[in-house]
Amino acid sequence: MTTEQRTFAVLVDNEPGVLARVVGLFAGRGYNISSLTVTEVDHAQGLSRITLETSGTPVVLEHVKNLLYRLVPVHSVADLTSYGPAVRREMALIKVCGVDKQRVESLRIADIFKAEVVDAGMEHFIFQISGEPEEIDRFVELMRQLGMVDISRTGVAAISRGAEVALK
Amino acid sequence: MQSAQADKSEQKLLDEPRCGARIIIDCLQEQGVDVIFGYPGGAVLPLYDEIFKQNEIRHVLVRHEQAAVHAAEGYARSTGRVGVVLVTSGPGATNAVTGLTDALMDSIPVVCLTGQVPSYMIGNDAFQEADTTGITRPCSKHNYLVDQVDQLSEKMHEAFDVARNGRPGPVVIDLPKDVQMAETRVYKTKDQVKRRSFQVVTQPAVEGIEAAIAALSTAKRPIIYAGGGVINSGPQAAMALRQFADMTGMPVTQTLMALGAFPASHKSFLGMLGMHGTYEANLAMYNCDVMLNIGARFDDRITGKLDEFSPNSIKIHCDIDPSSINKSVMVDIPVIGDAGEILNALIAAWKSGGHALDAGAQKKWWAQIDAWRSRDCLAFNQDSGDAEIRPQHAIARLNAAVKGKDVYISTEVGQHQMWAAQYLEFEEPNRWLTSGGLGTMGYGLPAAVGAQVAHPDSLCIDVAGEASILMNIQELSTVMQYRLPVKVFILNNQWMGMVRQWQELLHGERYSESYTDSLPDFVKLAEAFGGKGIRVTKESELDQAIADMIAYDGPVVVDCCVVRNENCFPMIPSGKPHYDMILNDEDKRAKPIEGSGRNMV
Repeated sequence: MTTEQRTFAVLVDNEPGVLARVVGLFAGRGYNISSLTVTEVDHAQGLSRITLETSGTPVVLEHVKNLLYRLVPVHSVADLTSYGPAVRREMALIKVCGVDKQRVESLRIADIFKAEVVDAGMEHFIFQISGEPEEIDRFVELMRQLGMVDISRTGVAAISRGAEVALK
Repeated sequence: MQSAQADKSEQKLLDEPRCGARIIIDCLQEQGVDVIFGYPGGAVLPLYDEIFKQNEIRHVLVRHEQAAVHAAEGYARSTGRVGVVLVTSGPGATNAVTGLTDALMDSIPVVCLTGQVPSYMIGNDAFQEADTTGITRPCSKHNYLVDQVDQLSEKMHEAFDVARNGRPGPVVIDLPKDVQMAETRVYKTKDQVKRRSFQVVTQPAVEGIEAAIAALSTAKRPIIYAGGGVINSGPQAAMALRQFADMTGMPVTQTLMALGAFPASHKSFLGMLGMHGTYEANLAMYNCDVMLNIGARFDDRITGKLDEFSPNSIKIHCDIDPSSINKSVMVDIPVIGDAGEILNALIAAWKSGGHALDAGAQKKWWAQIDAWRSRDCLAFNQDSGDAEIRPQHAIARLNAAVKGKDVYISTEVGQHQMWAAQYLEFEEPNRWLTSGGLGTMGYGLPAAVGAQVAHPDSLCIDVAGEASILMNIQELSTVMQYRLPVKVFILNNQWMGMVRQWQELLHGERYSESYTDSLPDFVKLAEAFGGKGIRVTKESELDQAIADMIAYDGPVVVDCCVVRNENCFPMIPSGKPHYDMILNDEDKRAKPIEGSGRNMV
């Protein structure tokens, strides 16, 4: 069966072990999580939102979604890919080292991608870029040729488009 | 946090501070717990000290922590209440893992308290330390590491709530020793604790019921396929199942876990279905046009070959666990809710709609079922007198002897378990205790201990095999200590019978390591543990041996020596469809029912 890429959003109680429970459902089936972000989104209620991207067969992914909902600390689960169009965004910090033409070129390309310089020295820049993960991929590919020495990506944050709320 | 709501309600502090261990006992008492199955150790000494100081909760000392969980399961299964386990850290907790997994697979409500090294030593490889919450995360419904004594009462009550509500299951509470000894004035009562994230739907949606009734009322070849969810819902669900079957006239089959939910003597009962189910039940499942699955989960022992499982039916799946829907079998009408509530709704809708099945079609369907029944798939030949005892005959005679008695029967796992399921007739729920999902050898004796503790005046029998019984044989010591009149009825064929059967059918009769050599003398073994031992080898002595076992006022081990190479039939070999059933040794290589199975009526 063909595998599909999915973006899940999971609203959970922010308590010890909750991430292990969520991740364990994927790991136990041999499914890799390609992107994972977790942060508390409601401090008063102690709720965290987990956004994760994975791929698998549709039947198994549907089952995993149901199993996610069965976890005691889970409030709600949404399959943002199936729900409809979603905004997916990621942020990355990219360190590029170089001199002369390489350095100028990296700055020009950063400008095209609307990446921001957040640290600079005579031999390096650190760029901050945010956007769709695929756009960041393209930027990273160019920077790799221009002396990229380090990279840190946040993983995908996602939310459904329109006035409706997918994650009730 | 999840406590936010509870915090808003008025919370009174205790007048005098109490230690964590005392808080735990208070919570258990508030939850109505009357017995704990456990085994002490360094990390739970404060709790055992508090147990010593009170008389409301009884502690039953097992001889191995796995048995503590199985005993709690037996208690839970036979009473409908939550079973409680108390074990120490490290090996205590890891020994409990098999029992916890068993309870998870069979949806049995258990709360397991595990000791833990002091919180400031966690992660230091301390003596008898294990990552209990890490180890038990995939084998429990939920687990807690309580590191603040102020949170103890809340977590305790929440654990019981989680264990018993929704699809029941085991919940682990890991209790560092310093938390047991720390003092607090915070005590939340169970009414003050409500978890927001754990919402269980028990009432079925109206649309689901309407769709189910629309399909059922126009069915020509309906079948009700009932599972353990009917037992978990409570005795009233079993009553409702009977009522619905009576008012509609539909045939009923049951899973291994459901036996007793529907009376075995009922004319509409087709027997158990699945791998070792009856010919009529499996063929009715294959040929039905509407299937009402109530509280079962389309287990692979039930479905056989998935793409040939009941290929032409509308499938209605009623389950309290939404993740069971479309897990292995795609269904047409899912209904989420409690089995009892769903049955009540179905009964009400059937009545108010004035529905009745098509009489002509029913006559035809039942004629077909009766034709399948006439194959008498559970028939066997037993010679009398000095003849060897056939295992089926042993169970059939046991069934005759306990008929009408107040009896609870547990089993181990293997051939004897399947024969028990086939030949014992249960008329009520909660009387049958067996390890279905996990298939845990060694389950039966401790489960019988749990049932006997809960029902001291009832007859509690563990139907065992000689291999399985040795897996938790040490519990005879528990039986002796508490003078539990548990009966162990061993079908001794000197083989791991089911392993041998599979090796015969699938591995060219190469009986690799399945012979149980060097068996103990079970009669002397029983006597060594202060019980009575009975050996029976001939058909002529069987009834007397069973009568002696039942009459004896104390524990008995019956070593019932049976025909050694008997196979358990009918059998659908793994991965085969329902119509591809082996009925007996003669046709074990044939496909006897291809034509009639494929073509309906």
